[in-house]
Amino acid sequence: MQRANRAAFLRGMRHGIPIALGYFAVALTLGITARAAGITPLQATLTTALTNASAGGYAAFTAIGSHVTYLEAAMVVAIANARYLLMSCSLSQKFASDTPLIHRLLVGFYVTDEIFGVSMAEPGKLNPVYSYGVISMAAPGWALGTLSGAILGNILPVRAVSALSVGLYGMFLAIIIPPARKNRVVAVLVLISFALSGAAAVIPVLAAVSSGTRIIILTVVISAAAALLFPVREEEEHEG
Amino acid sequence: MKGNVYIYIAVVAAVTYLIRVLPLTLIRREIRNVFVRSFLYYVPYVTLAVMTFPAIAQATQHPLAGLLALVVGIVLAWFGAGLFQVSVLCCVVVFIAELFLV
Repeated sequence: MQRANRAAFLRGMRHGIPIALGYFAVALTLGITARAAGITPLQATLTTALTNASAGGYAAFTAIGSHVTYLEAAMVVAIANARYLLMSCSLSQKFASDTPLIHRLLVGFYVTDEIFGVSMAEPGKLNPVYSYGVISMAAPGWALGTLSGAILGNILPVRAVSALSVGLYGMFLAIIIPPARKNRVVAVLVLISFALSGAAAVIPVLAAVSSGTRIIILTVVISAAAALLFPVREEEEHEG
Repeated sequence: MKGNVYIYIAVVAAVTYLIRVLPLTLIRREIRNVFVRSFLYYVPYVTLAVMTFPAIAQATQHPLAGLLALVVGIVLAWFGAGLFQVSVLCCVVVFIAELFLV
């Protein structure tokens, strides 16, 4: 058992290396976002170390920077992280049913797109020790990236900051476009979301509310409409 | 409102953790309701798309550079480039484009 755990941990570490590199680059831009929102490097690092979320971290920094209420910040972050709810549901099925609560609490802390992805790709039931191996590599990349971005953000030339600021959006595209290629409904939804989001930013009534609130409204309306019009069958979900 | 940054951090950390850990610890059975399943299935795609545009064009010095990164990012992701590659190449596109635009 001990040997199996050791092997699982090492395999996790190996899978965690590319994730750590990607996280570092993405967290750099998060740190820059935090800097722009008036958050100190240590506060930014604390936030990302505790939330481990790209879109969620971005939403958090934007919310803090625009001085929304605590409730609004909670809602924006909840919406930005809503996908983790679904991932957590899937992951609960991947655990052996006798997996102790402590492992569920620890693995749950690090449900991210990438760690969820590699965990679900593990053959058979998930050994939490594998996840810890991935996390041991990915977590420092995430935290150090944020710290570096938050510190370097205002030292780097404007040109470089401008270029790095789209890194996060590039990552979002890398998450949403491959499923859109496989699933026509998702592809159309992405296009509709772009269009309505672009329209909402210029339509006077909607442009007046904060971007965080706009994101909540658009997400709930578009997703609910899609769920009514195109209910997902279980086999489609697994393909996605 | 000008709140305390540490309270903000505590709030977002708590919300994020609860979202991740509650299903994992509480839900032992699969969700059967088709509407809820479908809604949760679509949420990530919609919310990330809504966050990406038009923000990507507003993040750069010149909006055209951001739009170019959007197009290149979509094409790269479509043809199977990974998260790291798409992210870095979008940055490169903006950097090169702004050498001419700005």
